[in-house]
Amino acid sequence: MTITAGWYLGLSTVLFAIGALGVLVRRNVLIMFMCVELMLNAANLAFVTFARELHDIGGQVLVFFVLVVAAAEVVVGLGIVVAIFRRRASANADDLHLMKG
Amino acid sequence: MTGAVPLLLAVTTHPSWVDVSVFSVAAALVLAGAVGVVVARNPVHSALMLIMTLFGVAVLFVLQRASFLAAVQVIVYAGAIVVLFLFVIMFLGVDREEDVARDPLRGQRPLAVGLVLLGATGLLLLGQVSHWVTGASHVAGVDTGKPNVELLGTSLYTTYLFPFEATAALLIIAVVGAVVLARRPPSGADPEAADGAEEGAPATGAADGATGAATGAPDRADGSATAGPATAGPATGSTGPLAGERHP
Repeated sequence: MTITAGWYLGLSTVLFAIGALGVLVRRNVLIMFMCVELMLNAANLAFVTFARELHDIGGQVLVFFVLVVAAAEVVVGLGIVVAIFRRRASANADDLHLMKG
Repeated sequence: MTGAVPLLLAVTTHPSWVDVSVFSVAAALVLAGAVGVVVARNPVHSALMLIMTLFGVAVLFVLQRASFLAAVQVIVYAGAIVVLFLFVIMFLGVDREEDVARDPLRGQRPLAVGLVLLGATGLLLLGQVSHWVTGASHVAGVDTGKPNVELLGTSLYTTYLFPFEATAALLIIAVVGAVVLARRPPSGADPEAADGAEEGAPATGAADGATGAATGAPDRADGSATAGPATAGPATGSTGPLAGERHP
């Protein structure tokens, strides 16, 4: 028995599903962010798997870019969370129903 | 170039049970961590579970000979991003238990679980029956037996040079955005007036941020504790006692 690409892609699918479930179910903005990171990691895993499968380094280069974008996204996202928290002391997504703080 | 494939197969000659066992352990780590992120009540526990998942993914990267990405994964994700999460959690003081059982949107959770299960099953089925490979491979250079870092660097600085430069601009924009967002408005003013004053005195905003942290936070928290339930109704009812708990 060998580990084929299908195993990695299946694991990637399940990881993505868990991340999507977390974004939909949880209310805490920070945990929703972490679940977005889970989904990004699932995509990265699929990219690396295809890079190995197709013998093409492009998949790994794309993972590199995804890492950069994830870092930028987390920085700006957490900045927004801090700014919102300063206006109203809550990190609950249900409380944020106004565009104006 | 075509001779690279037999060479590649010759590189990975360790017995298959090593592959299987490493994959099993890493997959268990990844899935346990991911479930932990979703079900943990305390955000700090979620962040620690996220680290576990990221390490598992790094192991899977090593298993697929993406050693550079595995190192970057641990350094950038586990070392920087999760620490940033933990920093914000501690900074905001939201590291208390969340009432997971409260469901303001009735029926949203069963619907979410159903939709996600449907989507995941569809993806897995598609993976079984369809052919993803388009035939256009080796666009960015063949993954030969050469060291992973060398291949990645060559591709990054030749084929993907422009996107690589664009990421530099993206990071600069992110830094500026974070500084602007996290800047504290001058203390002592109400939020409406602070918006106007912020434009007039941008240089002092960062300077009195340190002093504003000590003086501004308690009365802001008191204000939200008293004004929150009265103005926003039952949706923010949970914030009142929480804010009162922090600043009795």
